[in-house]
Amino acid sequence: MNALVEFRQVCYRIGARDILRDLTLEVEEGETLVLLGRSGSGKTTALRMVNGMLFPTSGEVRVEGRPTTAWDPVRLKRRIGYVIQEIGLFPHYTVEQNVGLVPRLEGWDPARIRKRAGELLTRVGLEPEQFLPRYPRQLSGGQRQRVGVARALAADPPLLLFDEPFGAVDPVTRTELQRQFRALGRDLAKTSLFVTHDVREALMLATRIALLHDGRLETLAAPGEFLRSGSGEAQAFLAGLDWRQETAG
Amino acid sequence: MSGLSGELLDLTLEHLLLVLVSLAIAIAIALPAGVLLTRRPGWRVWLLGFANVMQTIPSLALFGFLIPVPLIGGIGKRTAIVALVLYALLPILRNTLAGILGVDPAVRESAVAMGMTGRQLLWRVEMPLAARTILAGVRIATVTTIGTATIAAAIGGGGLGVFIFRGIASVDTKQILAGAIPAAFMALGADAVLGWFERKFSPA
Repeated sequence: MNALVEFRQVCYRIGARDILRDLTLEVEEGETLVLLGRSGSGKTTALRMVNGMLFPTSGEVRVEGRPTTAWDPVRLKRRIGYVIQEIGLFPHYTVEQNVGLVPRLEGWDPARIRKRAGELLTRVGLEPEQFLPRYPRQLSGGQRQRVGVARALAADPPLLLFDEPFGAVDPVTRTELQRQFRALGRDLAKTSLFVTHDVREALMLATRIALLHDGRLETLAAPGEFLRSGSGEAQAFLAGLDWRQETAG
Repeated sequence: MSGLSGELLDLTLEHLLLVLVSLAIAIAIALPAGVLLTRRPGWRVWLLGFANVMQTIPSLALFGFLIPVPLIGGIGKRTAIVALVLYALLPILRNTLAGILGVDPAVRESAVAMGMTGRQLLWRVEMPLAARTILAGVRIATVTTIGTATIAAAIGGGGLGVFIFRGIASVDTKQILAGAIPAAFMALGADAVLGWFERKFSPA
């Protein structure tokens, strides 16, 4: 197995506060590794270190075997797709321009970009003719999130980062998006690193779950093992799952 | 009467020239300075403070203060332009800063994460999204400059203020109005034109 991303004894400190403590973790090619944790557990920080939005205080993060500090920052980011909860679609660009952004920055010719944008919209379940000319404000939350995923896939990056991408949509749409995400992951055989605080989502999407607690890696396990984990934090998350099923509408 | 209307045309053009030159210089300074301030938060207090202080000096006093200043001072158009530029800086600077800082952080975050260079972020994302706010600043600066430029005549800067000051000196209401009315129309016209642009440039 080949590690596409490696965290090696990564620490991250802001002032006197440790956000990440000695994180060592490998993301294998083709897998969907879910970083699960409470708010403030350091999961987003870890994610942002992969594409060089942040750099470790000590230790290193390697992508394709090379430390992120040794990559050209722009090259590194263009090789990695990135989807955040707020999506961050460009409001002054149409869906086509949003999806085609990285290809355009990479200098693809317009006909190829257009074709690619159409293909990707179809992939994420949006009718190209109908949606390519629209602006983000003309889309629903779920549609925006789909466009965000299509945009991250545009230049066919080997690695995708997701930061609670489905956190802001309604529960029904979320389940739909999660299903589609899982199917998409199988189709495209991409490597994904996925941040969430939703244990149900983690269990559904992950090949492995890395549970972070106070900046430390608490448990690293496949979903089946995770369910049987004796770790206190894992139990706390799983208890949340029961509670959710009892009361959530 | 033909003397007055000939002079009216000359002074109106002179006024317009004063305003346009001052605004061009003010934009050339304040726009890049505003962009710089979005990158250097530490400088904001100083530069905005300077622009603020300039704005608080009564305009007639500012014109007066500049007369003894070497190089940029003296009697005439140059001094007038310096004063008008100092006045126009603040609204443009402030709105450039506000426009760019007002861009949704998630949009900026994803632009950076998608591998845009600093320059691409500025020109493809921040400037288009801030355009409307920046133009609003230019519009405010333009309208106030047209008004303030009438005082330029006090230090020999010319423009429609010549009529006004002459009218005041000779208690001649017709002369005062000959300066004030065209200046008012110029301000209204500029406001309308720039307002149209502002709507035109509004992002999506």
